[in-house]
Amino acid sequence: MYQYDQYDQAMVDARVAEFRDQARRRLDGSLSEDQFKPLRLMNGLYLQLHAYMLRVAIPYGTLNSRQMTALADIADKYDRGYGHFTTRQNIQYNWIKLEDAADILADLAKVEMHAIQTSGNCIRNISSDHFAGAAADEIADPRPVAELLRQWSSFHPEFTYLPRKFKICVIASEADRAAMRLHDIGIQLIEKDGELGGRIFVGGGMGRTPMIAPEIRSFARMDVLVSYIEACLRVYNRYGRRDNKYKARIKILVHELGAEEYTRQVEEEFAHMLDVGVEPPRAELARISAYFAAPPFTDGPKTVDRSDPDFALWVDRNTHRHKHDSYVSAVISLKPVGGIPGDATGEQMRVMARLAKRYSFDEIRIMHTQNVVLPHVKIEDLPALWSELDEAGLAAPNMDTIEDMIACPGLDYCSLANARSIPLAQRISERFDASGKTGELGELKLKISGCINACGHHHAGHIGILGVDRKGVENYQLSLGGSEAEDVSLAKITGPGFTEDGVIEAVDKVTDVYLAKREGDERFLDTYRRIGMEPFKEALYG
Amino acid sequence: MADAFDSEAGSLGASPDEVQFRFRDDEVADHGTVTVDAALDQTNATAVRIEPGDDARLLLPFLDRLALIEINFPSFADGRGYSAARILREAGYAGELRAVGDVGVDQLSHMRRCGFDAFAPDTQLDEADAERAFATWENVYQRAADARATIAEKRHEA
Repeated sequence: MYQYDQYDQAMVDARVAEFRDQARRRLDGSLSEDQFKPLRLMNGLYLQLHAYMLRVAIPYGTLNSRQMTALADIADKYDRGYGHFTTRQNIQYNWIKLEDAADILADLAKVEMHAIQTSGNCIRNISSDHFAGAAADEIADPRPVAELLRQWSSFHPEFTYLPRKFKICVIASEADRAAMRLHDIGIQLIEKDGELGGRIFVGGGMGRTPMIAPEIRSFARMDVLVSYIEACLRVYNRYGRRDNKYKARIKILVHELGAEEYTRQVEEEFAHMLDVGVEPPRAELARISAYFAAPPFTDGPKTVDRSDPDFALWVDRNTHRHKHDSYVSAVISLKPVGGIPGDATGEQMRVMARLAKRYSFDEIRIMHTQNVVLPHVKIEDLPALWSELDEAGLAAPNMDTIEDMIACPGLDYCSLANARSIPLAQRISERFDASGKTGELGELKLKISGCINACGHHHAGHIGILGVDRKGVENYQLSLGGSEAEDVSLAKITGPGFTEDGVIEAVDKVTDVYLAKREGDERFLDTYRRIGMEPFKEALYG
Repeated sequence: MADAFDSEAGSLGASPDEVQFRFRDDEVADHGTVTVDAALDQTNATAVRIEPGDDARLLLPFLDRLALIEINFPSFADGRGYSAARILREAGYAGELRAVGDVGVDQLSHMRRCGFDAFAPDTQLDEADAERAFATWENVYQRAADARATIAEKRHEA
């Protein structure tokens, strides 16, 4: 994976020094909170309900065991012994003291990490496929392009005060495991006439006005990709509305101008960018790519003893096909029954770091579904890996099941939330685990947001739950039929909302409808798409 | 390029709307500015003020006759002026490009990279803080209006 050279390290060190000075001025009172706010936000530091929250960037969700260990140390030393992995493949700490923030950033810089641009109206952490570099179906590793864009977007002088936050995703397979078309810019690497380039989608997003990004260019060659993205950003920055925070995302601009007109203006700006010459030297992508060379895979057994049913279930649910047939990618679920989705203790992080070193060429990935991946595990090592995970409480066999839900921090932590998400997630996983229905339901993506900002991706859930405030009481709206994958779609609301108890009942009822109506090996989503909303409504409100 | 901190020009401003930092050797343009709309009508205007909603590209045919372009930042958070600045520089504008309004210490280095060479903040900035801010980035990742060699270019120098 990528390693900093002296330039990268100097950029991060400079930012730590700058922030240390800003925090000092805030603590001695020479900066007011109003003046300090935009500065701390550019360093990932939010003021939440109970304390400061620090969000640390994990570029394209890739890290090594040394970095994971540093994250564990921060959890133990500065927080309450745990951290929360996010849908942007980052980690956030919920109980941070301002006095410690600069020291934490310094600790991160020692392991080539930072919190730069993890908040604020700028280009955020670039996300990617969590199986990048391992997946059997990718045409290239998307991470070198993501790293190229990370560097291009870091401290970009023109795009630091955008109308709103800006999220870019890069994938390299037809299967979309990163919600690519729900990003401000989604890039799918493809091959055309033997040459690698990007298919560009602009204007997707969730939030209060969810939209699926339209394709605005079928192919941008690799040696002009940065210029093209820069043109996309400039057209947005020239126009993007500042008068209404809720209409400031690029999806609204693309929608209001129309994809065709937006594209026309981007193409015009792109031609200009080629004249100006903003593209990094071609050799830079090659330099970065060298860091992502495949590890030295060796042949081994392709099968494993499945006589232990618990182990076999975990293998079936939590492993993914690898490009080398003696390996798999193994998913470590951070969704234990009754647990907080995405949370890991410092001790668990150390276990994952140790296992990555022993079994996965020192590589770890964070998934946008708030789980962790060991990308390159030899099939013959699976039994040993599984028993160590099991011992650490990390072997929940529930990837892509109803228990593997995304949930935002909700009203337990977040100052924007209208309702709690975490207790709901905990109760739903307990209920489905106890009834034994989880397995029968198969792939079922449940996503819970505690407010309309949709951090829990409820628009993209096969089943989505949105918490709202109704006259001072938490109320939950149910929606069905969303998907963030290559069959991307937005979920539709079933009807009137429910109480907390009521929405749990409601989830149970819609899954019963599915079980009664499904044909063949249809997933919940397929059945919904075939039979429509009516039968579900009937069961809920009839 | 003159260094603002080695010359008198570095601390001209004493009151709001006056230039506090300037990185040019020529005379300060003291022409009164007109709006973009007015500049399109008045062929003798030599100084223009761009507001966030204005399209800087409208000025491109007239750049030769302009000696001063002010770009106003009513709020530091509205970043349209950064694009306006680069667009003007990329089109070859060589006159004074002045950032006015809600310009703070933490915006200076980015503004400088986008082509601003004069700064007239509403509120006087601390000189030492500003000097540090202008020097924030020893190296830079991306091309901008300042034509500095990027980190990637330095990595691949022969």
